[in-house]
Amino acid sequence: MKLTINNESIYVYTGAKSLAPDRDTIVFIHGAGLDHTVWLLQSRYCAHHGWNVMALDLPGHGRSNGPALTDIESMADWVVQLLDSLDIEQAAVVGHSMGSLVTLETGARHPQRVTRIALLGTSLPLAVSEPLLTAAQTNDHHAFDMITLWGHGHAARLGGHPVPGMWMIGNTLRLLERSRPGVLYADLRACNQYQTGLDSAQQISCPVLLVMARQDRMTPVAVAEELIHSIRNPHTVILDDCGHLMLAEQPDQVLDALKSFLSAGPN
Amino acid sequence: MAGPRYPRFDTLTLHAGQRPDPATGARAVPIFQTTSYVFKDTDHAAAIFNGERPGHVYSRISNPTNAVLEERIAALEGGVGAIATASGQAAMHLAITTLMGAGSHIVSSRSLYGGSHNLLSYTLPRFGIETTFVDPRAPAAFADALLPNTRLIFAETLGNPGLDVLDIPAIADIAHDAGIPLLIDSTFTTPYLCKPFEHGADLLFHSATKFLGGHGIAIGGLLVDSGRFDWPGTDKFPTLTEPYAGFHDLVFAEEFGPAAFIARARKEGARDFGACMSPTTAFHILQGIETLPLRIQRHIDNTRKLVAHLDAHPAVDTVIYPELAGHPDHELCKRLLPRGAGAVFSFVIKGGHTAGRKFIEGLQVFSHLANVGDAKSLVIHPASTTHHRMDTDALHAAGISAGMVRLSVGLEDPDDLMEDLDRGLYASQK
Ligand SMILES: Cc1ncc(COP(=O)(O)O)c(C=O)c1O
Repeated sequence: MKLTINNESIYVYTGAKSLAPDRDTIVFIHGAGLDHTVWLLQSRYCAHHGWNVMALDLPGHGRSNGPALTDIESMADWVVQLLDSLDIEQAAVVGHSMGSLVTLETGARHPQRVTRIALLGTSLPLAVSEPLLTAAQTNDHHAFDMITLWGHGHAARLGGHPVPGMWMIGNTLRLLERSRPGVLYADLRACNQYQTGLDSAQQISCPVLLVMARQDRMTPVAVAEELIHSIRNPHTVILDDCGHLMLAEQPDQVLDALKSFLSAGPN
Repeated sequence: MAGPRYPRFDTLTLHAGQRPDPATGARAVPIFQTTSYVFKDTDHAAAIFNGERPGHVYSRISNPTNAVLEERIAALEGGVGAIATASGQAAMHLAITTLMGAGSHIVSSRSLYGGSHNLLSYTLPRFGIETTFVDPRAPAAFADALLPNTRLIFAETLGNPGLDVLDIPAIADIAHDAGIPLLIDSTFTTPYLCKPFEHGADLLFHSATKFLGGHGIAIGGLLVDSGRFDWPGTDKFPTLTEPYAGFHDLVFAEEFGPAAFIARARKEGARDFGACMSPTTAFHILQGIETLPLRIQRHIDNTRKLVAHLDAHPAVDTVIYPELAGHPDHELCKRLLPRGAGAVFSFVIKGGHTAGRKFIEGLQVFSHLANVGDAKSLVIHPASTTHHRMDTDALHAAGISAGMVRLSVGLEDPDDLMEDLDRGLYASQK
């Protein structure tokens, strides 16, 4: 689905379905330098199981135009602008990596718009290493290599994609290579500069799910601990043998965690 | 770069796409000789069918043994994914039919494997797909042949049997300027000698029957997607950018991003045309790939010895191998094929057609048959076999002369091979 926000053409994947007013809505927010296709399986499942799905491309990403937003707070406000433009009162918000920070901030800044939030591959701070940031700043291909290598678990670096015939490393790399110059840097800098996450976490009153991966080198489980303690009633799921890019490495396990969380009662 | 590194080529040939079998611990890739797969429950079944959960439904569409092979070749080529097909021909057909339908046009090198030439020249026109053939050594000829309905440029890394080296970067630029992809038949080089995606190609296929399998025991093909072509950047490929009624209005480029092409090839082409690979064949080809670097290096070492030997032989008119200084593509070969120009080459015997026949009949180690890329050395006379459907002009255009003999150099002791060639050459001149 294409729509216009701030005079820019924006793309939102809906599972090839139109949004129905009588259904609950789930917003999916991708990570740095990526786009809606990272949610391929999970978003498609939800779209065919009774939810409105909005797997968005943030400005400047995927098929959305405009300059990339430069801080997490603006991204959170932009998500609400998107809901406004579609007359959607409330939604569950699910985010991965940078998207998890946007999700958290959306929940804190706009509590009346968010029914529950899921933070996948998340930590606070979400610190970006200096070599990665520098490489991204100069649009150096090494930035894509670092994310691809650090992003996948040990075994996944040799493959074993759950989707038959797909080579995970190649797909991650190609997706990052498609990002427009400067966009990855803008995203990574926004992650690095986001300092108020723990305060935001304390303000969240809706149910929160955290999905983490044991082999995550980008948002290690240990670095998520303070975040977990700042959340009133966290539901946590930890995936074994899995790296940061869990949506591709363990799509079923991620979906199962989301499904039971999103289908549960008010708490 | 600090931290982890990508596994290197020789490691990928052994490991890519496989983890020890979770059920049994088997280290080798098991042959999952099954047609179908039990679902956990009805929701699971529906979700796999509808592409919401990963998994196998039916082995025409995907199979766990084949999936290892597919991932392995995608890893070795640097692509996003692959499909194993019944043969090299099936891989080429799948590539074309995924991209286009009736009313489309292809620009192809005229220096092709005979079967590929047949498909483009005689068979696809019956289905409304026309091809213009051009000289692979003249990049401008590809550009000149483009029509408004051209949807693909196609060529082989090493032309068959003249061994024209394709200037992949130049031809890729021409394709991309025209907003269409470049498909490469990489059979003769394998990713050990050339990775077309690194030079700008968008799609490639192998006749895995040849060097990838390596033992002359199984027919198979592999179609690989680089994931680089920008399908939504043009309106020329509605199969990838418009809703597909055959799969609940799925738009492949929107759902799969970089993997749009290979996803459509599986969800439509593998499903509907059905030219799938047997899991046992996939196992055989995997066994071949595990020793690919060692085998190809030995193929190249043996080839170089035979090329030098024949080049100096009084009964030989010319040897056609791009590593020779006199070959028209010598410089291009150094740039694109630094590890070697493959193990298939041709030479022309003094004495024409009759000498060629006597030569082949005088051999004892080389096998006279219609194949290349076996562990065993092979020989054939193209004018009377693989290219027999071409008239004299077409033969000439493809660089084939009446006395030309093609060798596929195997892994035997090179001295035995040299003695065998001497035996044949002696017979040819009597
Ligand atoms: C260069 C080339 N491409 C394609 C093919 C067709 O492959 P297959 O025989 O596996 O269908 C061959 C077979 O000889 C070949 O040599």
